[in-house]
Amino acid sequence: MPFIPHTADDIAKMLETIGVDSIDALFDEIPQELMIDGLPDVPAQASEMAVTRLMHERAARDSHDVNFIGAGAYEHHIPAVVWELTTRGEFYSAYTPYQAEASQGTLQVIYEYQTMMAALTGMEVSNASLYDGATALAESALMAVRLNRKSKSKRLLVPSTVSPRYRDTCRSLAGSQELKFELVRFADDSGVVSMDSFKAYDGEDITAVVIQQPNFFGRMEEVHEITNWAHANGALVIAVVNPTSLAVLCPPGEWGDKGADIVCGEGQPLGVPLSSGGPYYGFMTCSKKNVRQMPGRIVGRTVDLDGRSGYTLTLQAREQHIRRSRATSNICTNQGLVVTASTMYMTLLGAEGLARVAGACQSQTGKLVNALSAIDGVRPRFSGPQFHEAVLELDRPVGPVLEQLARRHIIGGFALDGDYPELGNALLVCATETRTDEDIDSYASALRDILAEAKVA
Amino acid sequence: MTEETSIFEKSSKGRRATAQAPLDAQPFDAPDRFLRKKAPLLPEVTELQTVRHFTRLSQKNFSIDTNFYPLGSCTMKYNPRACNTLAMLPGFLGRHPLAPASSGQGYMETMFELQEILKSVTGMEGVSLTPMAGAQGEFAGVAMIRAYHLARGEEHRNEILVPDAAHGTNPATAIMCGCKVVELPTDAEGDVDIDALKKALGPNTAGIMLTNPSTLGVFERHIAEIEKLVHDAGGLLYYDGANLNAILGKVRPGDMGFDVIHMNLHKTFSTPHGGGGPGSGAVGVGKRLLPFMPVPVVGKTDSGFDWLTEKELPQSIGRLSGFMGNAGVLLRAYVYARLLGREGMQRVSEFATLNANYLMARLKEEGFEIAFPTRRASHEFIVTLKSEAKEYGTTATDFAKGLLDHECHSPTVYFPLLVPECLLIEPTETESYEALERFIQAMVDLRRLAETDPDRMHGAPYSTPVRRLDELKAAKSLDLTWHSEATA
Repeated sequence: MPFIPHTADDIAKMLETIGVDSIDALFDEIPQELMIDGLPDVPAQASEMAVTRLMHERAARDSHDVNFIGAGAYEHHIPAVVWELTTRGEFYSAYTPYQAEASQGTLQVIYEYQTMMAALTGMEVSNASLYDGATALAESALMAVRLNRKSKSKRLLVPSTVSPRYRDTCRSLAGSQELKFELVRFADDSGVVSMDSFKAYDGEDITAVVIQQPNFFGRMEEVHEITNWAHANGALVIAVVNPTSLAVLCPPGEWGDKGADIVCGEGQPLGVPLSSGGPYYGFMTCSKKNVRQMPGRIVGRTVDLDGRSGYTLTLQAREQHIRRSRATSNICTNQGLVVTASTMYMTLLGAEGLARVAGACQSQTGKLVNALSAIDGVRPRFSGPQFHEAVLELDRPVGPVLEQLARRHIIGGFALDGDYPELGNALLVCATETRTDEDIDSYASALRDILAEAKVA
Repeated sequence: MTEETSIFEKSSKGRRATAQAPLDAQPFDAPDRFLRKKAPLLPEVTELQTVRHFTRLSQKNFSIDTNFYPLGSCTMKYNPRACNTLAMLPGFLGRHPLAPASSGQGYMETMFELQEILKSVTGMEGVSLTPMAGAQGEFAGVAMIRAYHLARGEEHRNEILVPDAAHGTNPATAIMCGCKVVELPTDAEGDVDIDALKKALGPNTAGIMLTNPSTLGVFERHIAEIEKLVHDAGGLLYYDGANLNAILGKVRPGDMGFDVIHMNLHKTFSTPHGGGGPGSGAVGVGKRLLPFMPVPVVGKTDSGFDWLTEKELPQSIGRLSGFMGNAGVLLRAYVYARLLGREGMQRVSEFATLNANYLMARLKEEGFEIAFPTRRASHEFIVTLKSEAKEYGTTATDFAKGLLDHECHSPTVYFPLLVPECLLIEPTETESYEALERFIQAMVDLRRLAETDPDRMHGAPYSTPVRRLDELKAAKSLDLTWHSEATA
């Protein structure tokens, strides 16, 4: 019996102690007409050897492609240490650190994680993480409504340069609490939101403004001006940032004169594999005075009975298991194991290593844009500084081109026509430090062939 | 065990784990106003220092791999290693979530099969794997109930009935979905108070959230009557799958008449708890709620497997995450389901129930008071230490901390809220007879200690890396990040 230790003797002894003659008798409080005979549609038990073979076959089917998509999830090198240690049983198979004395390992890791995220974002405090970047933005929006008591409108301005998936998630998760997300269009020539678009809202009751930096197109928003405008109009600023970029980009805590109020984003770039979209984690930081409105678990340092330093979950009165219907969120878990991996990643890279990763990503994407733009029928859509990704414009529909690239085992980018039809035949491409010059060359030559063939035909 | 200094205190300016970062990176280039002026405070240490630090920290944790962990309602069973190894194959780890479906057929076929397995196990008509934790599954469930009523023009149906014993996530979720919470009392034997239910039902009822077996560790015997009452009143039934382990392969929420269920795959399907996540809260739905499932869902077409999104499910409650939920957790759940198969799944509930009832019978034999003594335990049960509190002044917390000195993790304490000084004990099916006996002996020893030296009980634990922590200080003088001046 897989994973069940009981011998026939054990079973007999235990049933005798309970005073029943079979295991079935233990289910006698369930109305018998509801009981089922078995699960005929579930596959039969398989050995570890058979399942191993099956999973190897399936994984092998998915592993031949060179990836040039970013769009919110980035392929970075992950040092071997990270997952080797993260999957140690003591981290892997522990639960939420409610019993602090028996969970000092997990708790200290989270405390160190909180310190690193606060440092990266230039804020004072961090929570222990949320599910992913998109849900972290939804929670930030709800937090902004709780914080900004002067605003009655529950209106949030969201540039269309914020990830479309994040915007969708916000609507699903926060829409039922009457939050209104109003889209602010980006300027067609620059790929960032112009100040004029915000100034159209001068003097109106706006609860918060969301700014993604770098934005979904890899472009830099004028964060200082927007932040100052928002504060002047009584709105809070929610920053959505890429943590790798924060090794080199101005941290949200220093945006404008007063800094952003809530900072959130996707933690995946810090040591978490792409893995079809999860598990990732969302990070969230804010100032100390606002911490009581922050959702999710928070770890604090304190002392024990002997005066030794130790760690514990704190401010739990915000949370659902204490506050129930009046909690800051229904969230219960954080993404503890993934955060453990990220803490190790940040430790190994350090500020200098992370800055090198950022620099390499920028230069590889730059090389990619140059190589592809040299092809007839391809041109960069915007110019100027970018990070991680860039928008290209093709002279024909993107979908069929991507399909042909996929046949050559190149995942050539993310088609923007679904989310941004106004951009025409636009393609979002990304090259991180993991894409070599050879990878970029083979993408360029494949694309050249495909576009030339199409022209001949 | 000695105190482990923070990684920041181990840092030395200029030290590097040089192998980790790209060697020939160009400096980042952007106009000055976009740039960071001062490098962030991250550690500067070597690879060996990193390995030693985190290995030593791991050794300060209790975990299933090292300790008996009878945490009620959390299903801390053995997490088979094969699940981790096979979910971390390079083909799965390397796949970008937005890569075309055609280049991820191995992964998508696996997800499709997992959806089918979970449908069979729960007796539901459709499954969406996208919710990332139990609480998000709950959100999806209640949001679907709301969407169903809205689609029928019954916007006024916004009351969600929640038994007082329920997990805190239930009422918090109802609020997040824009609903009101109506709390239902529990009767003396642990079932929902039917008269109170009848009174609570009305034209504004959206639905009821039930955990069955309940958080009191007993099966809700009036489930058929509750189902009829709620459906007749125009409401829907939500099944909180926290305790699905107790009934796996024996009775299905779909057959009990539930319209929607969330499953905690990190409980029933043994994916790791990871020190508090990631979880996975897949949802299953009956016919009424099929059109409202959260997207994306994996569909099967003539040419293979593809994503179903709002295009195919226009009434969907929408997207709950940036991509499609905790994919890696789902792969682990799939491997677990295949290793168990249909036979193994039934054994899960059988032996979880056997262990719980044995432990309950033995603790009763040893003189502990069982909260619902006339009832059969499901996969968990409640001991109340109210007489120990009265006689010796020792609380449930004292016992919980004392157990740590016996190398057992504590059961869940003070939940459910309606039983005083309670321990909610869930041994799970993967624990042996000997492990259960050691726990019983520890409880007996602790009660003797409570009798003879209650002060020593108040001071427990003594053998853990730290002793009881000053939580008041933690909340009052907040220290949430490391600062060089904070070092003692």
